[in-house]
Amino acid sequence: MNSSAARVLVVWLPDWPITAARRNLELPVDQPLALIHKGVVFACSSDARASGAQRGLAVREAQLRCPQLLVVAYDPQTDARAFEPVVASLEELVPGVRILRPGLCAIRARGPARFYGGEERAASTIHEAMAKADIAARLGIADSVFGAERAALKTSDSAPVSIVEPGTTRQFLASAPISTLDDSTLVPVLRRLGLHSLGDFAALDQVAVGARFGEAGLRAHARASATDRLSGAEHTPEADFGADVAFEPALDRVDQIAFGVRTASESMIDRLAEGGLVCTALRITVTSESGERRERSWSHPHHFSAADVVDRVRWQLQGSGGATAGPASPVERIELSPARVDASANHESGLWGTSLDERVHHALARLHSVLGHGAVSTPTLGGGRFLSERQVLVAWGDETPPSKRTLPWPGSIPPPAPATVFAEPRPADVRGSLGEPIDVDARGTTNSTPAWLSLDRSPALKISSWAGPWSVTQRWWDSETRRSAHRFQMIDSEGMAWLMILEDHEWAAEARYD
Amino acid sequence: MESPASVRQALQARISSMQSTRLDEDAFPVLPIMRGVLGRGLRRGVVYSISGSTSLALALVAAASQSGEWCGVLDVPDLGLEAAAGWGIDLDRLVWVADPGDRWMSTVGSMADVLGLVIVRAPTRVTSAEASRLVARLRQTRSTMLVLGEWPQSESQIRVVSSSWTGLGDGHGHLADRHLELEVRQGQGGGAPRRSRLRVPAAAIP
Repeated sequence: MNSSAARVLVVWLPDWPITAARRNLELPVDQPLALIHKGVVFACSSDARASGAQRGLAVREAQLRCPQLLVVAYDPQTDARAFEPVVASLEELVPGVRILRPGLCAIRARGPARFYGGEERAASTIHEAMAKADIAARLGIADSVFGAERAALKTSDSAPVSIVEPGTTRQFLASAPISTLDDSTLVPVLRRLGLHSLGDFAALDQVAVGARFGEAGLRAHARASATDRLSGAEHTPEADFGADVAFEPALDRVDQIAFGVRTASESMIDRLAEGGLVCTALRITVTSESGERRERSWSHPHHFSAADVVDRVRWQLQGSGGATAGPASPVERIELSPARVDASANHESGLWGTSLDERVHHALARLHSVLGHGAVSTPTLGGGRFLSERQVLVAWGDETPPSKRTLPWPGSIPPPAPATVFAEPRPADVRGSLGEPIDVDARGTTNSTPAWLSLDRSPALKISSWAGPWSVTQRWWDSETRRSAHRFQMIDSEGMAWLMILEDHEWAAEARYD
Repeated sequence: MESPASVRQALQARISSMQSTRLDEDAFPVLPIMRGVLGRGLRRGVVYSISGSTSLALALVAAASQSGEWCGVLDVPDLGLEAAAGWGIDLDRLVWVADPGDRWMSTVGSMADVLGLVIVRAPTRVTSAEASRLVARLRQTRSTMLVLGEWPQSESQIRVVSSSWTGLGDGHGHLADRHLELEVRQGQGGGAPRRSRLRVPAAAIP
């Protein structure tokens, strides 16, 4: 195999998650920062490291060592998003960039080496160009991707480029400890087998490794023996389908604005259609004259047509106020950006169409425009001990949140389910046969037999049968959502059954079995 | 001597009764346990008024929803979803409008255009003219409206006469089966009310 064809250049940006978070949050450079993932430090800035914080430390411990540390939750999305412009600037110098992970990308070295006249010249040119864009890059060149990555990791600020001579990558890797493979299932096994360096592992027969460790083992073996090659798709810049409408002067009437975005939304949907795409989720950003930005995501049960986009703009401006409502201050600018696109082939209607469902969607979208967003909804069942928590209404067309229904909910009421569940419990009064108020003591027993029931201050009715109290105490650790209540089922003299609830010594009807 | 108004009313009643017999063959299916109440199913394009029980409305809608019909709920914000799902109503094809504000009439009209069955709470005030316009629209779109409460021009009125429960004692047990005694009045104005008994088991799905 021609070794020069396989040469790989890896560009590594040290502490990328930190840089990305800093850019995203617009933090000053001298602010020590740590990113937290699953309760431990995932990455920390160099000044935080200098005062003793390090990866894998508990948050408290890191804060103790570095008191001025700013702690932020790690977000892989931010990482990836912030890396896009860096890749774009890299692509201006060399084509065919492959992103290995945010902060690390690989390029075939042969092309740049020829173009810039040698690997060393190519690497230093890339480094200088990146430095001009205020990005501190480190570069490694070797025969394999893993080798080049290791070479890049070995560089320092003063010597940012490291080149492993052709044919020597295997020796270069041989002395590295086995833990550099970064595979939490494989590494302990290899250690127990007495393989402590990559050289030991690479010396094993490839077929035997495949038989014993399968696909993952073969991949690791290829990395250790410097035979892993560049694969996967090259990074292709994403086409921008978004549309941007500016109003000069700013407009404050919903129908004017809706009319203004019509052309833009039509051209956006057309451009998507030319690319064989449809938009299934959309982000609309409204900027008002006062500088206020309002962003909202919309999803669609099928996919957006131009008229649907205009509808969503209208709904966003109206809020939940209905047809007559309008924006609080004049709107200067509206940005439409497709948040999720899909191949249109997945959304073709069948030969006979789905006409009824589509008719329903159309009619409901119209109803939405008249009544305001959120007035039309689809119900789903949620989870919870209290009945009103189990009713979840999702605005028509929005995504259904994941249901907690399948979790066990000890303390929920046995079937049959009541046909009327009061969104707001109706105040009630329950008294014993002598007119004494009924209450439940700390041991969970009633002070007397419930005999009279009155709702909303109406005349009291005799209770013919009852059961309870069934005590529910939930989330005692959380002051916001904690509840402690006693529930009763009661039937009044008219034959109506009620689910009553006693909370903080106050009676209320939670539901009616009608 | 009869007044012109009463003559017109009588004629309208006759017209509507003749119109309704024509639609008889075709109806929404009902659950087997509801056949004792409405033997021929829920007729399309008419209004049923149901007093005294929300469960009854859910039970009547369930079979049609299972067979793929879209259903709607208008202005019944307290409807128990678990009970609806328990009867077998497909919540994916249930459209929920909690508060139509002052546009009750237009909302129910546009819901009836596309949804097969709509459960509504009786509006506080509806004029006779509005009611007949809505009934005409229903007849045209062939969807059925179930009104919880009284409605001036309903095809059938189903009223709970008495309701009793088993399973709940004096301080013990829990609600289980329910026995309902219903009074069904078919057709506008005419026909003697028919009594029927219904046993609703605790696990509502039949």
